[in-house]
Amino acid sequence: MTTRSIHTAAGSATRSAAQTAVAAFAAILLGSFLLYGVGFAQPQQIHDAAHDARHSFAFPCH
Amino acid sequence: MDLIRRLFTAALVAGVLSGTAASVVQQATTVPLILEAEKYEVVTPPPAPAVAAPGAAAAAESHQHGPVREVGEGVPTTLDEAMQRIGLTIVSNLLTGVAYALLLSAAMLLAGRPVDARRGLVWGAGGFVAVSLAPSFGLPPELPGMAGADLELRQLWWLAAAAGAGVGMAALAFARNRLVIAAAVIAAALPHLVGAPHPESAEGAVPPELAAHFVTASLGSAALFWAILGATCGWLISGLVGEAEHRPALRVQPGAR
Repeated sequence: MTTRSIHTAAGSATRSAAQTAVAAFAAILLGSFLLYGVGFAQPQQIHDAAHDARHSFAFPCH
Repeated sequence: MDLIRRLFTAALVAGVLSGTAASVVQQATTVPLILEAEKYEVVTPPPAPAVAAPGAAAAAESHQHGPVREVGEGVPTTLDEAMQRIGLTIVSNLLTGVAYALLLSAAMLLAGRPVDARRGLVWGAGGFVAVSLAPSFGLPPELPGMAGADLELRQLWWLAAAAGAGVGMAALAFARNRLVIAAAVIAAALPHLVGAPHPESAEGAVPPELAAHFVTASLGSAALFWAILGATCGWLISGLVGEAEHRPALRVQPGAR
């Protein structure tokens, strides 16, 4: 009983660590992509749309 | 998969809340200053092509070349234009909120320390220092029409200053190894030691009072944005990090008996 519960706990702990890493990596990836688009990308239409937000958030704009 | 869904939901809620608050504050503080500054920017005309030979006026007009910065939309003249511009700014703010919330909640998850709304506020303060205060130290929030160095250089410097400050603070808060802490502090200081790219001549068309007012308005609205973002992220992430924290405690109990 004790052995089984320890085994289960260890299994869920390693799975949790991997899950945490994957979830955090996915969040960082999407977050960086969005941040690049809204704060840094230079195509004219994106720049114009995000213009006031970029200035307000102090991203280098133009 | 469940963790990703919950993490992204938390970031979405935190981003929308903070982005909405920032939009309201910006419309009252920074945006009027941007519109005011654009009047000065428009007043600065590109070098007049009228000097060109008579008769070639039409050709010169279609071939206008001015090094003046182009502000895509210019000052809105109709209600429709104004509403469209406000709408796009709100969408951009919401996206900025979601983007930063994703990054902040990922950092909270990786740190693995207990969080709640109050601790989230501290995380939010860290975010503010990393992406608002540290870059502003070298590149103050700028209005349209202000003189600036090459855009790509400024963007690179901004990224280095923000990432350096983030890494530095994370190391001071969580790292044990002194070498790691020292390296992270150097990474935070390095962009400032190198110095931000500035134009040779800092002359711009915008009155200094307007520029100074904009700096405080920008930093103030960013501080509010980060406070809401951090507190909301901390509140919503608390369940996710709490689970990982509680698991070892549950495991210890049977053994203790």
